[in-house]
Amino acid sequence: MTEIFGVPTQALFGQLLIGLINGSFYALLSLGLAVIFGLLNIINFTHGAQYMLGAFCAYFLLNKLGVGYWWSLLLAPLVVGAFGMLIERTMLKHLYKLDHLYGLLLTFGLALVIQGLFRHQFGSSGLPYPIPQELTGSRNLGFMFLPNYRAWVIVASLAMCLATWFVIEKTRLGAYLRAATENPALVQAFGINVPRMIMLTYGFGVALAAFAGVMAAPIYQVNPLMGADMIIVVFAVVVIGGMGSIMGSIVTGFVLGLVEGLTKVFYPEASNTVIFIIMAIVLMIKPAGLFGLQK
Amino acid sequence: MSLKLELCMGAVAALFAGAAGAQISGNLVKIGVLNDQSSLYADLTGQGSVVAARMAVEDFAADKKGMKVEIVFADHQNKADVGSSVARKWYDAENVDLIVDVPNSAVALAVNQITRDKAKAFIVSGAATSDLTGKACSPNTIHWTYDTWMLANGTGNAIVKTGGNSWFFLTADYAFGHALERDTEQVVLKSGGKVLGKVRHPLNTQDFSSFLLQAQSSKAKIIGLANAGGDTTNSIKQAAEFGIVKAGQNLAGLLVFLTDVHGLGLNNAQGLIFTETFYWDLNDSTRAFGKRFAQANRGIHPTMIHAGVYAGVLHYLKAVEALKSDDGTKVIAKMKDTPTDDPLFGKGRIRADGRKLHDAYLVEVKKPAESKYPWDYYKIRATIPANEAFRPEKDGGCSLVK
Repeated sequence: MTEIFGVPTQALFGQLLIGLINGSFYALLSLGLAVIFGLLNIINFTHGAQYMLGAFCAYFLLNKLGVGYWWSLLLAPLVVGAFGMLIERTMLKHLYKLDHLYGLLLTFGLALVIQGLFRHQFGSSGLPYPIPQELTGSRNLGFMFLPNYRAWVIVASLAMCLATWFVIEKTRLGAYLRAATENPALVQAFGINVPRMIMLTYGFGVALAAFAGVMAAPIYQVNPLMGADMIIVVFAVVVIGGMGSIMGSIVTGFVLGLVEGLTKVFYPEASNTVIFIIMAIVLMIKPAGLFGLQK
Repeated sequence: MSLKLELCMGAVAALFAGAAGAQISGNLVKIGVLNDQSSLYADLTGQGSVVAARMAVEDFAADKKGMKVEIVFADHQNKADVGSSVARKWYDAENVDLIVDVPNSAVALAVNQITRDKAKAFIVSGAATSDLTGKACSPNTIHWTYDTWMLANGTGNAIVKTGGNSWFFLTADYAFGHALERDTEQVVLKSGGKVLGKVRHPLNTQDFSSFLLQAQSSKAKIIGLANAGGDTTNSIKQAAEFGIVKAGQNLAGLLVFLTDVHGLGLNNAQGLIFTETFYWDLNDSTRAFGKRFAQANRGIHPTMIHAGVYAGVLHYLKAVEALKSDDGTKVIAKMKDTPTDDPLFGKGRIRADGRKLHDAYLVEVKKPAESKYPWDYYKIRATIPANEAFRPEKDGGCSLVK
């Protein structure tokens, strides 16, 4: 069997594929953050908590109402997105004129409160959520067993990421959104309801987090702390990709998943720090991030 | 007032102060429960340990005996520096006499040293490393519930005997994981097995698939999980997802708790074999404890760590009562001299090196169909008698053993 740096190529392929799966979650979450930051200028630290809420929403739908995975994939983002819009209307909107720091503090505090409440109620061991019937089992790719569900995660998140990018960068609606962030007064003068558009955008970013949460539930269990563990890494991904860059956050998400996967093979002890090392290096060389524009 | 009189009064005051020192300081026995209140070990230690400590105080009937006992608790966040500063603050500024629990071996080793320096008392229930009664043993520390040697010996032996003779370790990368891996490796090698490889993962990892694939390509018959809490449940769940057990390899959860099994669900956990020193459904008194505990702890039944906190605190209070003093070194010595007897672990004793001795149980997780009522999770496969369950005193390298 051929080897690369002492690792059989077959094993390496397996690891790369796994990296891609984790990258899917990074991409989905950092995409939501990028949308919110790019269009609202809010650093949304509740993102991790909203991801967790998505997973819990799916859990409740299944266990209290008997609603399965596929409907949850639609319903949970709607519910959590609506909750996000409520936060935007009641709290965030008062902060737009202030420094970024205020938004960061508010959302960080909210995240702690939400996570604390859930942890108090549900403990930290996590609750089981089954893989949907249609996607159980795995297929033998020759070099590894790929669980069907994980294959679905890659496909679904890639599709969701590209669709979001397309809407924001290539459609008229996206153009309005981008214009509204550049110059809200002018866009409002054209008769467009800017506050409502911003509210919906925040709701959409939050819904993306909830969508990722539902996707993650069958893999990682439903755990009050699932978002807290993830959010720091995802912020690093956003910083590396460039704050506010849509495509940047998608590409960086997947690539960093791969890098992390490779680290797990060659030096597993460093696997949870490698992303931060890359972040430090990128910040030194290109402070605006790989895809960010210098302002 | 003459100088002479003043000196006399000073001497009398000093005498009283001295006498007070031999009694209970501040007329209050203060017990600090220090553990993980918020992260991956919070369900198997956490508030449950606080509940257990309170139950021990209640059952000891401290107020009827005229003793005042107060329980405080703190979250060490699995960080040795946080744990150390809480321990220092408690001992120096808040008159805490005893620290209990302290899961996470790295934190426990730090608190072990601080307790020794301050001549206070420390009862370990949550931490696993057998070094606490080995090279790091202390006249101020008792290791109550379990340790890595006992887990390795109980589970490792049972698995090698049934043909699992080639191992690959998935190890949590800190003091506990290293100790558990080391102790298990010794058992495997001694019984004629071999270790094909190991991979060390960071504490509190979400995704184990990469490590599991490495374990899979090692072709080892047994994948030994030298980790705990959320790390173990994630490994087990993801191993099932990647078809590792179906493809013929078996998992050995070296440290699995009741709450882990609950979180995994019997579907994922069935058939796992591991070692425990306590199970709530063992006999009438453990069942009574289990029910009472669950009522006070959001329905979560007690793990062996919770049981250890209860029994440890109870035995501590008995020693304080007998000595009429809460001097750490003296109380620990008294605890070692007195045979133990409590409703959860039965009769036992504490060795000079600080190891508490009691039976251990090799348990198997039931199939979903075998479970008849909530939290009915284990079948007891074998009882390992106290004198075989733990490392022989002479092998630990503890300086207190003559």
